[in-house]
Amino acid sequence: MTDPHQSPPDRRNFVSKAAAVVVGGLVAVVAPVAGLVTFLDPLRRKSDTRGMVRVTSLTSLPDSGEPRKFPVLDTLVDAWNKTENVPVGSVYVQKTGDNAVRVLSAVCPHLGCSVGFNAANKGFYCPCHKSSFSLDGAILDPKSPSPRAMDELIAEVRGDGDVWVKFQSFRKGSPEKIPV
Amino acid sequence: MKNALAWLDQRTGYKALVHEALFENVPGGARWRYVWGSTLTFFFSVQVITGLFLWMSYSPSSQTAWESVYFIQHHVWGGWFLRGLHHFVAQAMTVLLVLHLMQVIIDGAYKAPREVNYWFGVLLLLLILALSLTGYLLPWDQNGYWATAVSTNIVGMSPGIGPSLLPLAVGGASYGHLTLTRFFALHAGVIPGLIIVLIVGHVYLFRRHGLTPKQPVTRADEGFWPEQVLRDAVACLAVLLVVVFFVVREHGAPLGAPADPSEQFSAARPEWYFLFLFQLLKYFPGNAEIIGAIVLPTLSLVVLVAIPILGRWKLGHRFNLGFVGVMLFGIALLSWQAVAADRKDAEFQVARVGAARDAARAVELANGGVPITGALSLVRDDAYTQGPRLFSRNCASCHRYDGHDGLGNALPTDSISASDLKGFGSRAWLTGFLNADTILTKRYWGGTEHAEGDMAMYLSDHIPETEQARATRENVVMALSSRATLPSQAALDARDSVRIAAGIQFMRDTKAGCAECHVFQDVGTDSPELTAWGSRQWMIDFVSDPAHPRFFGRDNDRMPSFAKEKSLSDREIALVVDWIRGEWYRPKVATPSPAR
Repeated sequence: MTDPHQSPPDRRNFVSKAAAVVVGGLVAVVAPVAGLVTFLDPLRRKSDTRGMVRVTSLTSLPDSGEPRKFPVLDTLVDAWNKTENVPVGSVYVQKTGDNAVRVLSAVCPHLGCSVGFNAANKGFYCPCHKSSFSLDGAILDPKSPSPRAMDELIAEVRGDGDVWVKFQSFRKGSPEKIPV
Repeated sequence: MKNALAWLDQRTGYKALVHEALFENVPGGARWRYVWGSTLTFFFSVQVITGLFLWMSYSPSSQTAWESVYFIQHHVWGGWFLRGLHHFVAQAMTVLLVLHLMQVIIDGAYKAPREVNYWFGVLLLLLILALSLTGYLLPWDQNGYWATAVSTNIVGMSPGIGPSLLPLAVGGASYGHLTLTRFFALHAGVIPGLIIVLIVGHVYLFRRHGLTPKQPVTRADEGFWPEQVLRDAVACLAVLLVVVFFVVREHGAPLGAPADPSEQFSAARPEWYFLFLFQLLKYFPGNAEIIGAIVLPTLSLVVLVAIPILGRWKLGHRFNLGFVGVMLFGIALLSWQAVAADRKDAEFQVARVGAARDAARAVELANGGVPITGALSLVRDDAYTQGPRLFSRNCASCHRYDGHDGLGNALPTDSISASDLKGFGSRAWLTGFLNADTILTKRYWGGTEHAEGDMAMYLSDHIPETEQARATRENVVMALSSRATLPSQAALDARDSVRIAAGIQFMRDTKAGCAECHVFQDVGTDSPELTAWGSRQWMIDFVSDPAHPRFFGRDNDRMPSFAKEKSLSDREIALVVDWIRGEWYRPKVATPSPAR
């Protein structure tokens, strides 16, 4: 072991030092950079690529306008796996007219928990942080932690009363509804 | 800034530490021959970093290991480069280990008081080889799977504890999820942890005793910084450049077809640096195998460990030099023999081509999305992959496919007793078949009893001699071939609809055409039936039961009724038929290049 009191051999060759720093730095960055590039891969992937999906038919909905919860069956792409016709989420569908529906995402706009429907109170209720919403999805309680109303999804009634929905996610915790 | 650093130094003493690390005295000055230890430490840290990032995308289970590695290689941004770096740095490290060992032996750096440090080094060598061995399995491809099967079974051969060690290594009686989780924990946790501890000890002991200078010391001493650091860095850069060259040339690291325990894999080989062990086994056949597999490697290891003790004798250093020299020469010789033997082995070369084909096909299939049952289920249900195998196992004892067994292996010509099925149903195939001369060759019916039958007789009695007769024969070829509805001939069939109609007209003639004998559409009485001749369903029905009255009936010549005898499942018959017809899944879009 070197004696800490002994001065190091005096070879303060500037060129050697600069070269050692440059070459050493160059070889040192390759692996971390190669790794970081793969780590950043999720940023370049688009998530909102779903089209319209059929979720139910009008005959399954009560005329009272009370919401019913339906799973959304679609193709699930999970990294390398691709599975057809499996539940990818769920939505609340309400009849709002003879040929009209309102479809609300069951995902809480606050922090993404799953919102439940309370038939007794005729309202939606999130069990995680107690956000509450009225039947049309509006914020019920001014003290509700949710920054916005429940997310209404683009929906249409086609043909013989089939309800089709564009199943999307939106940014959580934001007052605006921004698709992600 | 200065104050802040002074504050930090007062609390941590980092300045003394940096001083200690950088101003190690190098007796006799910096030298290129001292770079190997540093480069090894550097590349080990590269492996830790690339390994951690690979870990973020890797999933160890028998339905996700190949799939996640495929995903890294072909879909993750820069994933192929990261994987290639990890793979080729591992190869470079084995070379660096040998160079480091040689330098230590030649310079006598194992001698007192450095024995313990030498033993740390031998342990590190073994642990790094263990990393290679465990890492080779993780992609769960055919090569890794079979190489690991062999290496773990060698462990199982060791006397006494072997049979208990095997299930501990494998995680059970057979290879699967638990093999992967165990190997992964060893590869990414246990072994690197031990290596880090040993490297710390190795470097501590190295610093304790100082560098072993090249004798005689003629130059003045230098500091580790900057002269030796610069040499170390340049050596790292040189090795890294070689590694990157291979990464770019190979476009990452190889990935074979998904591991399939039920599938013979004749292209199985260990990594190149274990080839000598593979070759060694060949020299100890039968009961002597344990000598090559366990005894000789263990003995060499014992001598390697004993080197510091042997070195104390008068001729000890020379013996050590000789031993390491002979060992390395032996390893090189055995490796070369293994490579040379494979080069000459035609069967192995065919297997390698087949393995590459299967690997590329697995990627092509996976690009369409992998079911949760894993990529193997895609491969097993793929006509392109399974057709040749089924053909080779079930059909090639009589038939040929373009002269070979379907997989590309040549077979003895005297075993041909039925037609060559490449292009079955196509115009080219039928042109040769409906010809009095060629039907009697082994490409068609030359080896069958049908050579003496009515069809061959009809053809020899009706050799088309006029221009018109030849045109009629061509029309019949087109018409009959169009019944097969081959996808590869769809455009031709559409183009020649007029001649096909003329051919059908002739076929329907019960006086002089095909329907004189054959059932064709609503005319004719005899078999084989030609209505949908050569179509997918016709072929499936035929292979299922060629002795059915619709086909050869009692005239059937030796062909088994594969479905009736349950020697092939309906799905297997469909796979081999689809393969012969060239009907298999083709990706709609071009395979994305891994670089993207």
